[in-house]
Amino acid sequence: MKRLDVLLRGNLRQYVMIIALVVVIIFFQIITGGILLSPLNISNIIQQNAYILILATGMLLCILTCGNIDLSVGSVAGFIGAISAVFILKMNMPVFPAILISLLIGVLIGVWHGFWIAYVGVPAFITTLAGMLIFRGLTMVILQGTSLAPFPKSYTFIAAGFIPDISNIEGINLLSILAGIIASILYILYELKDRASKKRYNFEVSSSGAFSAKIVSIVAVINAFTYALARYKGIPAVLIIVVSLVLIYSFITTKTIPGRHIYAYGGNPKAAKLSGVKTKKVLFWVYVNMGFLAALAGIIFTGRLNSATPKAGNGFELDAIASCFIGGASTTGGIGTVVGAIVGGLLMGVLNNGMSIMGVSIDWQQAIKGVVLLAAVAFDVYSKSKSRAI
Amino acid sequence: MGEYILEMRNITKEFPGVKALDNVNLRIKQAHIHAIVGENGAGKSTLMNILSGVYPYGTYEGDIIVQGEICRFKDIKESEAKGITIIHQELALIPTLSIAENVFLGNEQTGKGLIIDWHKTRQKAIEMLKKVGLNENINTRVMDLGMGKQQLVEIIKALAKDVKILILDEPTAALNDEDSKNLLKLLIELKNQGITCIIISHKINEVVEVADEITILRDGTTVETLCRDIDDFSEDRIIKGMVGRELTSRFPERNRNIGEVCFEVLNWNVYDPKDNTKQVIKNVSIYARRGEVVGIAGLMGSGRTEFAMSVFGKAYGKNISGTIRKDGKEIIMHDESDAIVNGIAYATEDRKSAGLILIDDIKRNIVLPCLPKVSKRFVVNENEEIKIGEEYRKKLKIKSSSVLQKTGELSGGNQQKVVFSKWIFSEPDVLLLDEPTRGIDVGAKYEIYCIINELAEKGKTIIMISSELPEILGMCDRIYVMNEGRIVGELTAEEASQEKIMQCIMRSNKEVM
Repeated sequence: MKRLDVLLRGNLRQYVMIIALVVVIIFFQIITGGILLSPLNISNIIQQNAYILILATGMLLCILTCGNIDLSVGSVAGFIGAISAVFILKMNMPVFPAILISLLIGVLIGVWHGFWIAYVGVPAFITTLAGMLIFRGLTMVILQGTSLAPFPKSYTFIAAGFIPDISNIEGINLLSILAGIIASILYILYELKDRASKKRYNFEVSSSGAFSAKIVSIVAVINAFTYALARYKGIPAVLIIVVSLVLIYSFITTKTIPGRHIYAYGGNPKAAKLSGVKTKKVLFWVYVNMGFLAALAGIIFTGRLNSATPKAGNGFELDAIASCFIGGASTTGGIGTVVGAIVGGLLMGVLNNGMSIMGVSIDWQQAIKGVVLLAAVAFDVYSKSKSRAI
Repeated sequence: MGEYILEMRNITKEFPGVKALDNVNLRIKQAHIHAIVGENGAGKSTLMNILSGVYPYGTYEGDIIVQGEICRFKDIKESEAKGITIIHQELALIPTLSIAENVFLGNEQTGKGLIIDWHKTRQKAIEMLKKVGLNENINTRVMDLGMGKQQLVEIIKALAKDVKILILDEPTAALNDEDSKNLLKLLIELKNQGITCIIISHKINEVVEVADEITILRDGTTVETLCRDIDDFSEDRIIKGMVGRELTSRFPERNRNIGEVCFEVLNWNVYDPKDNTKQVIKNVSIYARRGEVVGIAGLMGSGRTEFAMSVFGKAYGKNISGTIRKDGKEIIMHDESDAIVNGIAYATEDRKSAGLILIDDIKRNIVLPCLPKVSKRFVVNENEEIKIGEEYRKKLKIKSSSVLQKTGELSGGNQQKVVFSKWIFSEPDVLLLDEPTRGIDVGAKYEIYCIINELAEKGKTIIMISSELPEILGMCDRIYVMNEGRIVGELTAEEASQEKIMQCIMRSNKEVM
């Protein structure tokens, strides 16, 4: 019981944010008369927010390392979109190698940032502020101030396409249903294995009642979700990318040695160094990774717009940063989770989408998002100071 | 009534699940130096936080009576208005501001309205500096002062607020012997000027020297109050009161089982990382055998920490030259992780800022230097991690709610045990221990000594740095004396004494001159 208490206190903001997300969803579901969770709109929300979620994942790692942020991601995303457009539309390169080279350039941009931050010691804020200006400028240079469009189908597929179905039943996508069932089975197997291993170590496990309740509810959510997708066009291609990134990065941050090193560095860089963590390497790779994810987000965003524009990616960095902080990351580093950042990103995405359906204008949306960010962090600060005072 | 300037009656303070203070009574006479001693977690700091208004009225039970009047402080401002000022262990100075600015921070000398009267500020500051005998320019920035002088600035700051009761929390913990002596002298002087001082200290010898009365706390209750000239005022008597039993020996016995030479450092030279021309370590050569506890004695700033850190995978310094041999074979280390792989561990003197990740729990801290041991490929086995955490928590008796407790919430002694767990877990052959018992109470010190002895008995090589000479003399088989980055003496346990160590240092100082 005590353990649960400790666990709850530690992750309070994350749980609160999940609850907030559910409340916001229900609120808009009622107010929009059911449009929000309609199969069409669910696919929309996913495709609209994929690039922010991807950026938030990378940004979380930056924030974990002592609250460093990467201001350049929006510009880098725009730059990579522009470069891929030049490759494909001006140089007539085939789509697949063009994307691959663009991603590689993203990695190189990450190497550039990582080098200055980790090995020269220029503060991350300055380095990435410079990167923001550099790559925004270069985007305009290579696009010569105009937009490049349209892209071939195979390019936009990643962002706007759906995985083709395996059968031809009218009105329902069999593949999506199947994916839900497979995901449920994998999830159940994982939980059972985890429980068995805990028992092997003679640790306390939750009562079998609570355990099955948890499994049933999560399986229900998974299948309701895939069923909704099945009633529209099936699984959006970008969903596969986002889900795999979330799983991979959650795994890396929580279960692996490099993940531990990131958290240790963020918690106390001196102590981490004296414990044998190669701190410069950690910092370097975090930014290399951010470069890669920014490039990926750039390609997805460009694909969704079906055009590369000089202004693409403006302000993305701020949405990504806000997602992390709404999702419970600490401004001083060492605290935060990938899942939290995703929940934060989704919360903002649903707010945007819901307000758009209601006809709230873009300017008001922006203001409301600001209030949500402030409220989320203020709540966290308040609850922390309270738990300390008792 | 009038005899006491301050009374705290039946103070009880509860934190969730713990009674930190249970019916504590404290009576302090005007113009006395009153010491409060007790082990870590005995409730000293909690009591002082209540007195100074950090924990406001209503969060505790009992009464605070200052000069016959019951006080209910809502915050620090209100207690300060009554003339009560607390100086915390971590000083509350702004390093980039000058002495004068710091002294009147929050108490600015204004002419009209909000405008600072700098003439008045300076004049008053100079006066105050003279009063405590601090011979510094008032425009010097605080960051350019040594710890001892910074401590004085804190006291001046309190005096500027017209303090009647001055509370000092571990005032000499970070000071060297000379600065400590000066500070204690100043306290006696303040007493003669009619200021009441309350000091919290682990250094019992200092307490015995200056205090008029000593209140001993144990497990949140007052054990007794001893008065000078009435009660037995000896160190042993006080320690007995603190731990509740007689400590037969302050240093546990060890079965000496000393083997071959295991670790050698030869012709070691290190330069200051910020200043290429400044040589910090000069041609140092030392060796240590298996099962041996080797001490490095020396004054603060003699280069002991720099030496140990530079040996530990070049964690400090530039242009490092020299050889390190382990079991006769030369080893080359480029960074800290090389050192760990080569079986060398370094437990830092600065537990909080460089030893532990305070926002992480006990188990994560313990496995950090040696994650591969609990991992398959790159994946950490969290259950194994909990098991190991639990194992060390039991073995080293780390007082905590579970291995999931954050290390920042533990007391100093228990934090140090986590640091030890962490390095024992990495299975080193050589342990460099830098001030292993700094800021730790007597009981926990004894436990740490036992752990050190046990490690030595198992054949580990221990190199221990300490500023406390009795500790070095009590624990070590052989002692190197370090001064100004050189080894200036080597003594065996039999021949070593405090005087001999000091002689080595003095002699080398003369040679340099």
